[in-house]
Amino acid sequence: MSKLNINGETVELEFDPDTPLLWVLREQAGLTGTKYGCGIAQCGACTVHIDGQPVRSCVYPASAIQPAQKIVTVEGLSEDISHPVQQAWAELDVPQCGFCQSGMIMAASALLDRVPQPTDEDINAAMTNICRCGTLQRVRRGVHRAAEIKAQGSQGESA
Amino acid sequence: MNTSTTMSLSRRKFLVASGATGAGLAIGVYPSGKAVADNHLDEVNAWVVINPDESVVIRIARSEMGQGTLTGLAQMVAEELECDWDNVGWEYPTPRENLARDRVWKNYATGGSRGIRESHQYVREGGAAARMMLIEAAAARWSAAPEDCSVSKGVISHKASGKTLTYGQVAADAAKLAPPLEVKLKDPSEWTVIGQPKMRLDTVSKLDGSQLYGSDINLPGMLNAAIKAVPVFGGKLKSFDADAANKMPGVKGVVQVGNNAVAVVADTWWRANKALKAVDIEWDLGDGARLNQAEIVERLDEGLTADTKLVGNQAGDVKAGLEGASKVVEATYSYPFLNHACMEPMNATAKWTEDFCEVWCPTQNGEAAHAGAAEAAGLPLEKVEVYKQLLGGGFGRRGAPDYVAQAVLIAKQFPGTPIKLLWSREEDMLQGFFHPITKARVVGGLNDDGDLESLHLRISGQSILAGILPQALQNGVDFATFQALLPEGDHSISYSVPNLLVDHAMRNTHIRPGFWRGVNVNPNAIYMECFIDEAAHAAGKDPLAFRRGLMQDNPLGWAVLSAAAERAGWADREANGKHMGLAVCHAFGSYVAACAEVSVNDSGAIKIDRIVAATDPGYCVNPQQTEAQVEGSFVYGLSALLYGECTVTDGKIDQENFDTFPSMRMAHMPEVETIVMPSGGFWGGVGEPTIAVAAPAVLNAIFAATGKRLRDVPIKHSDIDLA
Repeated sequence: MSKLNINGETVELEFDPDTPLLWVLREQAGLTGTKYGCGIAQCGACTVHIDGQPVRSCVYPASAIQPAQKIVTVEGLSEDISHPVQQAWAELDVPQCGFCQSGMIMAASALLDRVPQPTDEDINAAMTNICRCGTLQRVRRGVHRAAEIKAQGSQGESA
Repeated sequence: MNTSTTMSLSRRKFLVASGATGAGLAIGVYPSGKAVADNHLDEVNAWVVINPDESVVIRIARSEMGQGTLTGLAQMVAEELECDWDNVGWEYPTPRENLARDRVWKNYATGGSRGIRESHQYVREGGAAARMMLIEAAAARWSAAPEDCSVSKGVISHKASGKTLTYGQVAADAAKLAPPLEVKLKDPSEWTVIGQPKMRLDTVSKLDGSQLYGSDINLPGMLNAAIKAVPVFGGKLKSFDADAANKMPGVKGVVQVGNNAVAVVADTWWRANKALKAVDIEWDLGDGARLNQAEIVERLDEGLTADTKLVGNQAGDVKAGLEGASKVVEATYSYPFLNHACMEPMNATAKWTEDFCEVWCPTQNGEAAHAGAAEAAGLPLEKVEVYKQLLGGGFGRRGAPDYVAQAVLIAKQFPGTPIKLLWSREEDMLQGFFHPITKARVVGGLNDDGDLESLHLRISGQSILAGILPQALQNGVDFATFQALLPEGDHSISYSVPNLLVDHAMRNTHIRPGFWRGVNVNPNAIYMECFIDEAAHAAGKDPLAFRRGLMQDNPLGWAVLSAAAERAGWADREANGKHMGLAVCHAFGSYVAACAEVSVNDSGAIKIDRIVAATDPGYCVNPQQTEAQVEGSFVYGLSALLYGECTVTDGKIDQENFDTFPSMRMAHMPEVETIVMPSGGFWGGVGEPTIAVAAPAVLNAIFAATGKRLRDVPIKHSDIDLA
């Protein structure tokens, strides 16, 4: 049994040492919001945060993660779909089939934590996820809109 | 915007939580196999269920794969129903129930951009009939005449008495009434829901991971399967040694699937897929294994000038016309095999017993999945149930039930145990239904005034219908090959050329072809639109003006083309130092055009900066979703143009994952401006047509920017680099 901190809770899970985090999340922890798209860290559908950093979980061995490290999946981004990225995504109706969107949302939220007002170049560099439906234009708008929502929110907090 | 979004978000969440939407229904809430709608005996009619809490459940027969049809179809029912849109949820009736009810929901197939344009009439009639029954039920309570009652947002009013009743209050009564014999639909000028940019009904669950796709299914006692089929089409399984795999942790069995595949069944998919690599498999690769890409291309080259009787469009005398032309222009183009590469790999979950088989799967055609599952199960259709899941992409791939049949064949070897089959990405890339490979030789004749008077467009290459639907050939002709080049119909040619010949030298391969979003319009629009651009330059004419001369009989095509050109600033492009290219076509019933703008940096690399795209789908049900489809079309279409291709070595597809089959990422995404300009009077599709104009508009813009004609897709093999 190994201890993992997932979405703020420490859970004990049993898995083979070479199992990628993606499959531990999906098959042991029951968190299927994180998707399998390629298995070789190309498409980004499996993106989660480890200690705030975006990670492609399909190639990240779960056994390499320490119990103190904080894993956040799309299910744990907010309790009520209220994260600025989720709000912006809803406002702009970003998803089409939606299968890549967990990864898009996790990549976007990690970017905004690092760069609160990203430029298009920042977005190009950080958001390398694949979307076959072709939501890229709305994803770009969504990141900018989420940055606005986040800025308004933090102003509200400081006021 | 903020407030209304928040409100509708919470409302949607409520509808999801209260089970008023179908998202939860089809995933095993009724594991007995009981059909969804059996639980709604109080349905007003087949299309509409209204609950006492006023939630409205609209039944959707077509599949949602991202294209927005689900929301569009619900808008069409809601328009006539006159319910409160904020109360609308949805569910999928199962194909088995459709069968039991004399196909009351008609066709389930979702492809060819037909979801809305093929069902607009009967789904609106369904909504209108339900409205009439609800009003009749209220009128009966008041002992009033239905015509003295009116309805708005689900509240029925009796004019004389001022009394009101809600849909939720009378739905049970309405369910007992006979359906009206005649229904009258609203005039389009009266629409208040159709034509509005309503938010999608399926967005919220896609934001927090709660949306379950087929690959997320988890049933009690379920096992997971990974599969490997023979990597060359036409090959067979000879033998396999599973000793090593059987000893690996979690493995429950290694089984043969049909005559060409091996599956490992384990407690988790990760373990199943790992053990699959340890199975020693011997294949009979078959005749296809002798074929390589170079030989396929040779066959196509031979077809470019070979004799053929397969004619798609003909006028005048093209031979005489070309012989008498003042100037002859000739060009040869090519378009490769392509995999659909849906983000969600193929998957299906099946539970088989001698008496009944249940299947949970993403499919573009519930009835085809039902039939495929029944055949594999060895059971009659009545004893097989298919619960459709939302698709993680479809693009034409999920119209075929091959993966559904595989899941059933595996489950049959584990009676009573649910088996979830998930393909690896590698399996998905190899076992596709590929966009057919074609080449085209186009020869045009100009007269002294530089007008195009003669045109011979020869397509050489693979036929989709010959490969997977031979019964659809007409006297050996695959008319789908000629999409957007036909004399009339939903895929008519854009131009009037006095001497015209469009023909096809069918050159098939063992590679399994399929309908790939946009289908044959993708190559055909390149062949026609890039050639027209070449001919315009040969004639010394502006490409827009040159086209206008050929579009006198195509006012709707000209309208979208000129709208795109005007918004893009075509007339002033040279003065502004902009490099632009045009393309137009009529496909899937809609008129679409694009004007692409390309720039060249100091090192000669090009960047696609901007696309203006115009679409006339006749009637537009949801403009913001139409925009989303148009924007997405450039990602799919330009991914193919820039880097997509599948090639063949020893009969096998070379590209097995996104590292060798790249898809467009953010850095290459141009800014897309969409003009939705519905002219009314017809229903056209929006999921596919724009893909076809993406590539030729960009290729023509690249010529404007660099003077180079790129005629082979993908352009990654050219000497042009992308910035």
